[in-house]
Amino acid sequence: MTSVSAATGIVAQDVCKSFGDHLVLDKVSLTIAEGTILALLGPNGAGKTTMVRILSTLIPADSGSMRVAGHDVVTDPDGVRAVIGVTGQFSAVDNLLTGAENLQLMADLRHLDRGTGRRRVAELLEQFDLADAAHKLLSTYSGGMRRRLDLAMTLVDRPRVIFLDEPTTGLDPRSRRTMWQIIRELARTGVTVLLTTQHLDEADHLADRIAVLDQGRIVAEGTPAELKSRIPGGHVRLHFADANLLHSASELLRVPAPNRDQLVLQVPADGTVDSLRALLDELHEAGISVERFTLHTPDLDDVFFAVTGSHVTAQLHTHPAPRAPEGALLS
Amino acid sequence: MTTLAYTLSDSRVMLRRNLKHQLRYPSMTVMLIGLPVVLLLLFVYVFGGQLGAGLGVHEGRSAYLDYVVPGLLLVTVASAIQGTSIMVAMDMTGGIIDRFRTMAIARASVLTGHVLGSLIQTLIAIAVLFGVAFGLGFRSAAGPLDWLAAVGIVALFAFALIWLAVALGLAAKSVETASNTPMILFLLVFLSSGFVSTATMPAGLRQFAEYQPFTPVADTVRGLLTGTAIGDSAIAAIAWSIGIAVVAYLWAIRLYNRRRAAEPM
Repeated sequence: MTSVSAATGIVAQDVCKSFGDHLVLDKVSLTIAEGTILALLGPNGAGKTTMVRILSTLIPADSGSMRVAGHDVVTDPDGVRAVIGVTGQFSAVDNLLTGAENLQLMADLRHLDRGTGRRRVAELLEQFDLADAAHKLLSTYSGGMRRRLDLAMTLVDRPRVIFLDEPTTGLDPRSRRTMWQIIRELARTGVTVLLTTQHLDEADHLADRIAVLDQGRIVAEGTPAELKSRIPGGHVRLHFADANLLHSASELLRVPAPNRDQLVLQVPADGTVDSLRALLDELHEAGISVERFTLHTPDLDDVFFAVTGSHVTAQLHTHPAPRAPEGALLS
Repeated sequence: MTTLAYTLSDSRVMLRRNLKHQLRYPSMTVMLIGLPVVLLLLFVYVFGGQLGAGLGVHEGRSAYLDYVVPGLLLVTVASAIQGTSIMVAMDMTGGIIDRFRTMAIARASVLTGHVLGSLIQTLIAIAVLFGVAFGLGFRSAAGPLDWLAAVGIVALFAFALIWLAVALGLAAKSVETASNTPMILFLLVFLSSGFVSTATMPAGLRQFAEYQPFTPVADTVRGLLTGTAIGDSAIAAIAWSIGIAVVAYLWAIRLYNRRRAAEPM
């Protein structure tokens, strides 16, 4: 155990899991300090959900040691279950009950006494903006409402650790923002959160630390800022009116123009105003006019691309960002 | 609270949930309770005249009504457990089961909730069936103890088949499969002494009918309610019920504990 606070959060060491001869998790180690959010980031099939299922006692690991809030996952699963809350990828709600009944069901199964249970249900309905729909059957709920209820059910007994497996998948932007707000609020009150996501911006917005999982291995870990700093600088894309200008600029700046058809030159830049001014001045003095430019600062897309070497996940991103050239990437 | 108290409390919560489900899914509940009633009317008024003539007594139709009521009790049980199987499969294919599994609740309570809920539904369906049968003219000279014994035998048998239905629901990959498999049990009611005497069946089929569990249950209930000979049917009925209950229970628990454990992702 690396620190005192980690003893009450989540500590996993060398977790391995195979399904048949398919290795899904390959010695995955994670440490999440109490009251912090760790985002497990990765493409489909990376093993994120499997990791959550193992830590939340749903399936056994093949090997490795895991402690959640001080309880050993293997030897004391009921101890773990008593302090965790899990919101999975597929809504874990009872469709034949109303919202209030779903919450009451959780309160009863958590053995809260009648008064406490009732108060908690009312409180959560209010907090999650479900009070108006409390006595309606779930078949009338929208996707966002179901997700909110799902999370509210997870929080009935104030768990100290929660697992959120892709909590915003399928939500509209507004519901997504609401969900983010709720998750951040939880961490602020001391709850430890393990969140899985394939959205880089989600991890960037929410997480204190990010672990990038790819094909069952942690390929990078750190704060969002640390991960971004692993990419050396950003770049400026200069757009020219014709191929001659592009060629001149390419010679002047000693940067190869990779694609002559696009009339775009990609120049490494650190994003400061001074360096940008110097670059534009140099071009101006040489009489090369630039039509327009775009500035690209590194984001998690670049990190992900750098550490996994994969383009696939870029398609999952909500706003496709221009890519840094291969040479500028972390090696 | 002790472990036992938790188990009881959790089972009660799950039972309440399942009873609510039955109310919220009325089309299925009504269908399962209504089917035996429809069959009762069909067998008494459509087939009853001719089948009753075969009993060799005066007033064949009303004699056949007395004869067929135990058979329809078994139809009621076979019909109700189809609902059990469907409800269990719906639970297992939905997301909520994973939530239950990540909570510190008595593991078996999910299943016992289903079993108790189905048992209550079956008893209600039996009460409805008797109500209609009395309306049609069913009369019994049985005393309170005989009645208690008759309902007890049916309830015990229902309990056993409900556990079997729970196991079938757990074993089913989809809700559709779960709804179809118990149909085999439905067929067994017709291949028993529930509707006609096994003595009228051809050899082979007769032996099968005599040695399958539905026949001793039908014969015992018929004996208790209408005074026909019971013989060793009662012991056979109880033995079958306990045997099926134990095997089905162990199978169900095994499936429940193993399910999803090997599912990838």
